[in-house]
Amino acid sequence: MARFLIKRLFSATLTLFAVSVLTFLMFFALPRDPVTGMCPKNCNPERLERVRDELGLNDPLVAQYAGYMKGIVTGRDLGSAQGGHCDAPCLGWSYVTNEAVSDTIARVLPVTLSIVIPAAVLWLLLGVGLGMISALRRGTWLDRLAIGFSLTGASLQLYFVGAVLLIVFVYNLRLLPVPSYTSIFDNPVKWASGLVLAWVSLAFLFSAIYARLSRAQMLETLSEDFVRTARAKGLAKPKVYGRHALRAAITPVVTIAGLDVGGALGGTVITETTFGIQGLGRTAVDAVRSGDLPTIMATVLIAAVFVVLANVLVDLLYAAIDPRVRLR
Amino acid sequence: MDRPESAPSGQPGDRPSVPEQRANGDPYLRVRDLRVRFDTTDGVVRAVDGVSFAVERGRTLGIVGESGSGKSVTSLAVLGLHDARRATITGEIFLGGRQLVGLPEEEVRQLRGRDMAMIFQDPLSALHPYYTVGKQIAEAYRVHHPRAGKREARQRAVDMLGRVGIPQPARRFDQHPHEFSGGMRQRAMIAMALVNDPDLLIADEPTTALDVTVQAQILDLLADLQAEFHSAIIMITHDLGVVSQVADDVLVMYGGRAVEHGSVEQVLRRPQHPYTWGLLSSVPSLHGDADADLVPIRGNPPSLINLPSGCAFHPRCRYADRNGDRSRTEVPALSPTGEAGHLVACHLAAEERVRLYREEIAHVGVAR
Repeated sequence: MARFLIKRLFSATLTLFAVSVLTFLMFFALPRDPVTGMCPKNCNPERLERVRDELGLNDPLVAQYAGYMKGIVTGRDLGSAQGGHCDAPCLGWSYVTNEAVSDTIARVLPVTLSIVIPAAVLWLLLGVGLGMISALRRGTWLDRLAIGFSLTGASLQLYFVGAVLLIVFVYNLRLLPVPSYTSIFDNPVKWASGLVLAWVSLAFLFSAIYARLSRAQMLETLSEDFVRTARAKGLAKPKVYGRHALRAAITPVVTIAGLDVGGALGGTVITETTFGIQGLGRTAVDAVRSGDLPTIMATVLIAAVFVVLANVLVDLLYAAIDPRVRLR
Repeated sequence: MDRPESAPSGQPGDRPSVPEQRANGDPYLRVRDLRVRFDTTDGVVRAVDGVSFAVERGRTLGIVGESGSGKSVTSLAVLGLHDARRATITGEIFLGGRQLVGLPEEEVRQLRGRDMAMIFQDPLSALHPYYTVGKQIAEAYRVHHPRAGKREARQRAVDMLGRVGIPQPARRFDQHPHEFSGGMRQRAMIAMALVNDPDLLIADEPTTALDVTVQAQILDLLADLQAEFHSAIIMITHDLGVVSQVADDVLVMYGGRAVEHGSVEQVLRRPQHPYTWGLLSSVPSLHGDADADLVPIRGNPPSLINLPSGCAFHPRCRYADRNGDRSRTEVPALSPTGEAGHLVACHLAAEERVRLYREEIAHVGVAR
């Protein structure tokens, strides 16, 4: 198990390295001079050149990459125009927002985490639960209801569901405040009430896929020989389904969940926009609009870290569920 | 097919046998006029259509037939493993004097694994891939011994693993099925089936997925365990070699019906049904002429939705036209051949069956 973990972490590190190189190259490949966005309005060639020098853009590419990576690991000194010393993890200085990029991220990352993690818990419970129920009650009205529910979820768009929820619960019934982000450490009740609509709409849409997937997996598993063996032993149905069938049916769900959660943590642009909450996703889109290259890079890198971490986690879960995986 | 010639030398044939009933007491399992029907969108499948048999403790019944003959459906019906929403089961299944057909699921569940247990064909797919072998056996023990602690169940499972001939059972307890070889897996499966000392053991093609040398070991093991635990065994197989080695009585099934039933000696040495002849002729023999051709049964197994009229075997039977239209119009009843306990469902006259077998069949295959 330890060897398996080390191997997976090693390949994850390699992946992240490749992503960082690509992102860094993208920085220069973009059809936008990094400097023009960062030079104040009354720009002249000398000032441009000064900014360019300050940013280290005249250094060789490899040196620039090394500087950037060093900043992330140990922090580094940026020019006085960029706020002086930048502590690790230093992601550069944004001329658009006039703050260190790491400060921006530190502000918006908890927002996205607060949206995605509870929503993911909700959609997994809802999706897998619905899938199991409809598989075990195949062909009954419960099954049809669950299929209908998931079909609806799969067909709708988040901004529609979100808007309907907002109109009903916030503007008509006035049961909930206008969505906003409050730190869970400051006021957990406000944190939840401000985000619950985002959770529900995300969960509704995502759970559709999970309900269908887990229903199909469960049906397949129920026809497996080992499920028949479990029944032949005299196990009661809850144990046959809960212990023997579920564990085998859940593996593909774990894979998809890892990809979905990892991807969502990189930013939930539509959700954040629909509910007017500033998270990682909106920050990334804003940065692209304003040509804020250091912020773009930081958001891309963070999204990549989440996807890679999610994949490592999926592999570990897989190994925990299926002992045969540990051999590979 | 490893030792089809062992029938005459072994014990099975020497014992007196009456399949339906013996004078000294009731058999442990008695099945009478069992019918299993599935209503599908393509039509009604009569997977088992009026089958009767009985097995006593300490004895083995072999159920033989091609795939789709209803032999596995029969055993699953005994264990009550059919989906009640899909299968309609009628008839009688008496286990230790208790009628199982119509019994509430919870009561059948308590009998499963305790009074009757099953060994499946492919131990790799029949064992859960994610749990250790030992855990799966201990679980089977604890279902029916709710007061047994973890340690007691573990000890019992280790004992059983040792009893079925698995070396280092305490170490093997913690391994997963994929770490076992095929033969060891089937031994583990047997350990799981016997962990509660059941009175009836159903083995559904237990050696089909194993190579020949391992097959023989598994059959020997089953015979040893039967002598020790004194359980009734139903051995489901298409392999007449296996039947001749382990069975006391034989039931030959075709298209969901019983076509021949009797002691091993009667069915394998003096068979009276053309389908049984076909099965025997398609088996190679170690003692017979090595150059003799194997004779396959012509045609294909019948569709259970659209079973041939009359005798279901008639489209494949070489002697079907000897009775005019009777084979096509009338279902032959399973009736006594004259020998005690030997039953056959065939329109041919008894003397003609004996003559045909002696003159045309007996020189090929297992029976000589």
